[in-house]
Amino acid sequence: MTTLEVTKLGISFGGLRAVDELSMKIEKGSLVGLIGPNGAGKTTVFNMLTGVYRPTDGGIRLEGENLIGKKPFEINHMGVARTFQNIRLFPKQSVLDNVMVGFNNQITYSLAESILHVGSYRKKEREMRERSLEILRVFHLEDSAQTLSSNLPYGKQRKLEIARALATNPKLLLLDEPAAGMNPNETGELMDTIRLVRKKYNVTILLIEHDMKLVQGICEYLYVLNFGRLLAEGAPEKVLNDPAVVKAYLGD
Amino acid sequence: MTFLSHLINGVSLGSVYAIIALGYTMVYGIAKMLNFAHGDVIMVGAYISFCTTSYLGLSPFVSVLFSIFVCTVLGIVIERLAYKPLRQAPSLAVLITAIGVSYFLQNAALLIWGSSPKTFTSVVGNWSVRLFDGQLVISGVAIVTILACIIIMLCLTLFINRTKMGTAMRAVSEDKAAAGLMGINVNTTISMTFAIGSGLAAIAGILMCSAYPTLMPTTGSMPGIKAFTAAVFGGIGSIPGAMLGGILLGLIEIFSKAYISTQLSDAIVFAVLIVVLIVKPDGLLGKHVSEKV
Repeated sequence: MTTLEVTKLGISFGGLRAVDELSMKIEKGSLVGLIGPNGAGKTTVFNMLTGVYRPTDGGIRLEGENLIGKKPFEINHMGVARTFQNIRLFPKQSVLDNVMVGFNNQITYSLAESILHVGSYRKKEREMRERSLEILRVFHLEDSAQTLSSNLPYGKQRKLEIARALATNPKLLLLDEPAAGMNPNETGELMDTIRLVRKKYNVTILLIEHDMKLVQGICEYLYVLNFGRLLAEGAPEKVLNDPAVVKAYLGD
Repeated sequence: MTFLSHLINGVSLGSVYAIIALGYTMVYGIAKMLNFAHGDVIMVGAYISFCTTSYLGLSPFVSVLFSIFVCTVLGIVIERLAYKPLRQAPSLAVLITAIGVSYFLQNAALLIWGSSPKTFTSVVGNWSVRLFDGQLVISGVAIVTILACIIIMLCLTLFINRTKMGTAMRAVSEDKAAAGLMGINVNTTISMTFAIGSGLAAIAGILMCSAYPTLMPTTGSMPGIKAFTAAVFGGIGSIPGAMLGGILLGLIEIFSKAYISTQLSDAIVFAVLIVVLIVKPDGLLGKHVSEKV
């Protein structure tokens, strides 16, 4: 079953064609990498997938449902969650509250119930808290639940971003350079976390990454973007040895 | 004994400022704009209560509820029509629009209710409490105002910290785009903030006019500015700050009226503000954010 289908996606900013004719098909449960040199348009693709930018042309479908023209929060409700290249947590909120923000879309109780503190309000707030703590445990962040997120060390902030995205209960998780700024130990740990997340939450993952060790280590399929166009796609061993890809990264 | 009575009056007036300041500070915290029309929503709230009790003969309690309802809707409509289209605009444009909305409300009130002052009948009634053999008289309005302020403060703190809507508000106040991508409807959240702020403005307007019963189209503007001052004084964006700022402002105003000069009281209030801002630019409870170089 296809989770994400992108057909001939393109976007122009004024005269600049940032992404052109990009087609991707991502199967349910797969772990796919989107790579390419700096400025290739990878983050722009993420911004189109999440509704931050509206594509100039082409189509995006999540499990058959059209995502074009939807607002970011609607796309999130439909099942797409993301992390950011430069961390964008809510810095003045506790670690737990950051994750609880993610549950906002799944829990409903009326305003009257919250004012009166009765019935489903108490039950649902408790449920939300417990489920948030459960996610924090998966990421070994439960000891820092009450810490301000800006006081976490960098590696943990990266993990917390993934935890917050997972709290929105996504079908498709987009990770924008999850290993950026990490040392080899942290990257190794992150790879384990990503594998665990996929298995435990049954989520399809598309990630942007420059760290080839991570890409080779966990991705099953790669798309290579260069100047906004698809340069190559396929299994990592094949793609990373493709002369055109090597040339795009290293020059002639 | 007179000192005690001034103290209670100060806290009571300060409570009104605090309730208004909460509206300013919440809107600033979440929508990052100064809603200068907030003061005039107070005036509308008071007029609605006045009309429903004087002309329709509703009971004070029902008129308060109706007034809160009307102001809540008014707040949402103002945000939708005047501020939402400017979400991406420079903050100066939004500020000027807010001033425009303020004049619009004042002049609309002038058209509807005329320029002659109305005498507001206190919704609380005219009872008072006498202590120490009648040496200390505390008016019912003062007691109700202080209680209302405490209850509002507690409810709001719980709401912001313990409910999912509150969580969403805090998230939106820190990073609108990231909150949207985490599934929060930013527009609904901002509407909700305006709704709460304007509902509180209605309460403040009614309490204020119950204590100082002259009601005119410009009734809201001076308390609006003072409450804004209170919000800045306490640290704009901070809810306990608005509370503290409001009460302190009320105390300073009443004490300077009592012991220094009635005419100079406003000048003294604003002079204190200037001094506080020179010493502590982020306000009393404001968080100092150091710029990264």
